[in-house]
Amino acid sequence: MTEPLSKTNLLWEETLPGGAHWSFVMKRGTALRLTDVEGGANLSALFYNKDEKLERYNMPDTLKAQHTAHLTTGFVLYSDMGRVLASVIGDSVGWHDTISGMSNAALVEKKYGKATYQQARNDMHRNARDSMLIELGKWGLGKRDIVPNANFFSKVSADDAGAMHYAANHSPAGGYVELRFEMDVLVVLSATQHPLDPNPEYAPKPVLLQAWRCGTPDEQDLCRNFRPENVRGFYNTELLFR
Amino acid sequence: MSIVESKLNPQQASYELVLPAGESWLHEVKRGQVFRILDLEGNQAVDTLFYSAREPEERYSAVDTIREQGNIYLTAGTKLMSTEGNVLMTIVADTCGRHDTLGGACAAESNSVRYAIDKKYMHSCRDSFLHALGHCDCGMDKRDLTANVNFFMNVPVTPQGELTFADGISAAGKYVEMRAEMNVFVLISNCPQLNNPCNAYNPTPVQLLIWDAAA
Repeated sequence: MTEPLSKTNLLWEETLPGGAHWSFVMKRGTALRLTDVEGGANLSALFYNKDEKLERYNMPDTLKAQHTAHLTTGFVLYSDMGRVLASVIGDSVGWHDTISGMSNAALVEKKYGKATYQQARNDMHRNARDSMLIELGKWGLGKRDIVPNANFFSKVSADDAGAMHYAANHSPAGGYVELRFEMDVLVVLSATQHPLDPNPEYAPKPVLLQAWRCGTPDEQDLCRNFRPENVRGFYNTELLFR
Repeated sequence: MSIVESKLNPQQASYELVLPAGESWLHEVKRGQVFRILDLEGNQAVDTLFYSAREPEERYSAVDTIREQGNIYLTAGTKLMSTEGNVLMTIVADTCGRHDTLGGACAAESNSVRYAIDKKYMHSCRDSFLHALGHCDCGMDKRDLTANVNFFMNVPVTPQGELTFADGISAAGKYVEMRAEMNVFVLISNCPQLNNPCNAYNPTPVQLLIWDAAA
């Protein structure tokens, strides 16, 4: 049984300011609601097994196991070890990007110009790759641990010829997505603009984070039964806890 | 999708190897050298990773590669981008037409999810990668495995965001050729997957060729 977010099971809430980065551990049986406060946010994210950080979110395994190139309710985020790190248990936005990667220093300077700390204080221009490196460094991780990431609140589709299309105005103010964690997971976040965002202004948006105790999935769980592959993915995951 | 043939003569290649299915290969391709993978029998998937030989922390990035070219398929003209925004390799010839970089490599664990729990005991690309890295004495290990290229593999994405595994579009004698833009370690697993129709359930050998810069 997965309890929805309520006043009684809320563990904590914080707002990640636009451009900011943070990392923390979410325990098995807890969930995280990400809310696009103003509309037009992008949240680049990486996930690691907190106990064995060599085990990490794997974009290709997530996509091919579920025959999808995007994330929404029902899909789960697979690690490279055939286990489920997190499940998408709720989503008002409908599509979260998995294939476009993250911004980097050169891309941000080319699009938005330079704004150093000396010039701009904490409004300095940040990019996702450097943000991830800083957060990963706190956990003894580094460049070798950066793999293709998820971009919540952003939509990039591919047409029949493979050309990639960024969807403008995809995520409205108040749009949210909910992740339930199926093991203890290190979550690494950067609230920087999507690398394909055509907005010429540096204008990263804040994201509200709300963690709650939701419980572990039962046999009838939506994500577990979303595809036959996920039944096996949850079996692999739950072997860790038998 | 563009078909570009090579003018290079295989008899002038400085390196030639037939890599059977289920085997791995780790080799340095020097800046300016041209590297060809030839699909000998057709519809073989060649799982491939690239690293800067000088600093292997800099490695192939699937997502940067497709985002920079604005297209999810690799073909002639594609620049294989590194995690540091540099070009590792440029695809200079391609008679297959398109190659996948979203499907990743098969692994024991992902096979258990995709097909059946007992399939995890079958040979897989990740086992081949780990075998090669375990013997390389180069300091690389599982941490260095990231999303790879699947040469000759057809993994269409629909406009609705579904990922599909379609029948191959390669055939015996088709090849892809790339020029190294820096000194690059190339790590290949010639895929042993027996559960996926992409190779007609029949993994087959490929030929690897290298020409020196002046050739």
